[in-house]
Amino acid sequence: MLSSLPIDNGINEISIHEAKATDPEVMRAFYQRLFPFRYLCHWLSHHPTPTKDFGFREFAFTLPNDAYLRYQSFPSADLLKKQCVQLVPSRFEIGPVYSSNPRDRKTLRKSTMFKPVSKELVFDIDMTDYDPIRTCCSGAKICSKCWQFITMAVKVVDVALKDDFGFKHVLWVYSGRRGAHAWVCDRRARELDDHRRRAIAGYLELLKGGDKSGKKVNARRPLHPHLDRSLRVLRDHFQADVLINQDPWETDEKAADLLQLIPDKPLADALRQKWDSAPGRSSSNKWADIDSLASSGVSKNLDTKALLEAKQDIVLEYTYPRLDAEVSKKLNHLLKSPFCVHPGTGRVCVPIDVRALEDFDPFAVPTVLDLLAEIDQWHKDHPEGETEAQKKMPDWEKTTLKPYVEYFRGFVAGLLKEEKIVKREREEDAMEF
Amino acid sequence: MIRSDYNRPEIKKRATVDPKKRQFAPALFQNQEYAHRLNFYGLPPTANVTLEEFEEWAITRLKVLSELETCTFRNKNAEETLAYMTPILEKHLPLHSNSSRSSQLQAERRRDHYSHFILRLAFSSTEDLRRRFSRLETMLFRLRYRQDDDNRRERSEFINSLDFSWEIVDDKERAELGEQLKAATGSVFKKGDEEGYFKVDFEKVPELVEQRRCMLRRGMAYVPMREQMSLVVAEYTARLDRALDMTARELPRIDEDDRLSPILAHLSHSFTAPSASYDESNLPSSLHPTAANIDQLATHFPLCMSHLHTTLRTNAHLKHYGRLQYTLFLKGLGLSLDECVLFWRRSFRLMTDDKFTKEYKYNIRHAYGDVGGDANRRGRGYSPYSCQKLITEPLPGAGQSHGCPYRTFNVENLVSLLNAGGISDKEVVRGVREDVGKMRYHVACNRVFEHVHRKEIKDVKDKGTWGAAELDTLLHPNTYFKRSFMLKHLGDEDVQAEMKREKEGPMKREIESNGNEW
Ligand SMILES: [Zn+2]
Repeated sequence: MLSSLPIDNGINEISIHEAKATDPEVMRAFYQRLFPFRYLCHWLSHHPTPTKDFGFREFAFTLPNDAYLRYQSFPSADLLKKQCVQLVPSRFEIGPVYSSNPRDRKTLRKSTMFKPVSKELVFDIDMTDYDPIRTCCSGAKICSKCWQFITMAVKVVDVALKDDFGFKHVLWVYSGRRGAHAWVCDRRARELDDHRRRAIAGYLELLKGGDKSGKKVNARRPLHPHLDRSLRVLRDHFQADVLINQDPWETDEKAADLLQLIPDKPLADALRQKWDSAPGRSSSNKWADIDSLASSGVSKNLDTKALLEAKQDIVLEYTYPRLDAEVSKKLNHLLKSPFCVHPGTGRVCVPIDVRALEDFDPFAVPTVLDLLAEIDQWHKDHPEGETEAQKKMPDWEKTTLKPYVEYFRGFVAGLLKEEKIVKREREEDAMEF
Repeated sequence: MIRSDYNRPEIKKRATVDPKKRQFAPALFQNQEYAHRLNFYGLPPTANVTLEEFEEWAITRLKVLSELETCTFRNKNAEETLAYMTPILEKHLPLHSNSSRSSQLQAERRRDHYSHFILRLAFSSTEDLRRRFSRLETMLFRLRYRQDDDNRRERSEFINSLDFSWEIVDDKERAELGEQLKAATGSVFKKGDEEGYFKVDFEKVPELVEQRRCMLRRGMAYVPMREQMSLVVAEYTARLDRALDMTARELPRIDEDDRLSPILAHLSHSFTAPSASYDESNLPSSLHPTAANIDQLATHFPLCMSHLHTTLRTNAHLKHYGRLQYTLFLKGLGLSLDECVLFWRRSFRLMTDDKFTKEYKYNIRHAYGDVGGDANRRGRGYSPYSCQKLITEPLPGAGQSHGCPYRTFNVENLVSLLNAGGISDKEVVRGVREDVGKMRYHVACNRVFEHVHRKEIKDVKDKGTWGAAELDTLLHPNTYFKRSFMLKHLGDEDVQAEMKREKEGPMKREIESNGNEW
């Protein structure tokens, strides 16, 4: 029984096994008891109390009837929470901070007074873009094998954002089903215009061309330091997660894709012959065959450097992040808020701690129903009344959501600390004049 | 070309445009001295010009910009553009270096300066015009900058006059970064590190960042000296864009001068004349496009659209840009909004009504101008895409199928696609390979059209029913469709009537070709 829910909403009659994550009453309880509005507000305010960065920020709600409500804004975390509890959105998205309050946009004298001024730089990595190369699942499904593609992508993008662009506050969030989002929260990132966002997306994008364009990676040599570093990160993943786990060239048809990428025709022909005569060779074997046949001298004028580079390009094609770049290019693009519930899976969009990226298991992420049951369990385990400290304890602390909220709280604290320093420096600069 | 068909003020009357009426800033100089060949056009001109000069200078610059635009349409690379443009610039807008010791230096630079500002006025009225003008002027600036590759000293003097601040990377740091620095910039210096580098905030060099042509480290971009151009050009564009926005805000005041406004209006009008417009009226009346007969009509589609259609039929889905491109095309062939919605609804056969209504219907209505802001509704939505648009847009990403297949497919896949569509004639395929190799994608498409319709074209040529104008190069997917449809329905009365109407009313066509030539 969901006895932890307020009596008056009627859901306490429903068994937890019958309840669906998308039931408005489940969502209401989630917003009421679990969603960390307080830290979300700190995060978006860049300050412990609400600022314009929060108040002029656009929120967009997807309501249970699927209506889409844009240009919502709130003066405080409590009012945002109140609205969520009232409307029980299946999810809500976060947009840019505007030059004036989004709710007033129609009453402004001039439309130029209402324009987006800042927003986190965001990235979206989604498994659908990997469908051409993953063999384990397709569409909305994922498994622990293909989740590795997301792990690789996060690694490569995260290090580039930090080492190359100098960003420090990058929040990675599980998208609830089959991907991850990044929120780059440094002030410098928030203030980027579309042109610069596009430049960063372009820097990180490598695969070019649609499904029919043939070779998708044509990296210049010597490799740019970013690609060189990425290749070093991705090489091990290629062996384990691509060759062994995905076995991408198992069938003749798929193996033809590989042969198409071999620049030396006699070598490609020899490989084809070998694979035709010994069917069923695994991708690992086929990959190794390239080098062994190359060194056996089947091709008289083999350009070993070109072959090595082609092999590097292949590794990149099968491992390098596939970003949905459009999301990153626009200052006014909206993105689902962290800690929302994915309506399909019921899982909470929790932050991913990149320091322990390899340990992140999307299937271990709690669903909203798990969490509500955990609150119940906690109360069962503490039958004889609570201590004073326990009475003050927020509900999320009684659940497996706890480590995620704590991680988020730590992340936000780091961001606020830096904002304070930057703000002081700016003020001092201003004083000098 | 543009004629002066408005009322001229009395000949020789000086158009001493009052500086206060113009957006031109307070007069600093009467006659400016031009120390450098290149110009950032930071200061507006203040001396007097005659109306004749005003108009003539603007038109010649327009001519130059239009030639530049043609280069992008033909996908010429930087070298080819430089080769093509050099004689044109020499003829219409010469700009010599100080070392040439030409007696015309000041006159040339003045003309360059004034013509730039006149066009700025003419093309600041709408966002579209401003963007196009800024793009072309940036190209022109870059071209001239490159022309100075042999004249680095004068160019450096010009750059120094701009007051940029960048930090030179010292030897210690350069040694520390070593090979990485060279790899980042594609440097191929053999004799050690002769190339210098400077560093700036990465935001200053978005172009280099986007193409990974500089090294990045903790937010700083390490740029080789030879990439200075990128930085200078970016700054040029940024300043021009700001200035254009400002001019736009001041425009109402300039309009008060009724001698200038007709000239300006005329200039901007010829600039808006699209390189390949498509007229949605005059579709043959025997064409009744409905959701149900698109499959039949698809036999008349150019490759870009038939590929979208086939992909849609195979996957029961198309990604966003493909949907937009295809929807606009369907709109262009006269499919009504209701039928179009029905077409997509049935095509996405695996999708629930609910999802369709929620996520897709709005975009279709928006493309038709049925919803959206006032401007969108007034303009009846977006125009169907021309070949130029399709050929110059960013390439599709993984899973996307929009754009022009002659450009987006690799040659082997393109040939298979053509074969699948029944085109396997060796000569034609050979020609297509050659065209595509030279990046003349629309030529390849026209070649295929002529092959597919060879019987009909011969027929109308022999009978003299269609003239050269009706058979000129196709530059628009919808024109491709319309011409194909008409050629395959030559017997229909209304097609004959349509041809007659076109012959009697050649007005539009002439304006269009003027627009192309300026
Ligand atoms: Zn899988």
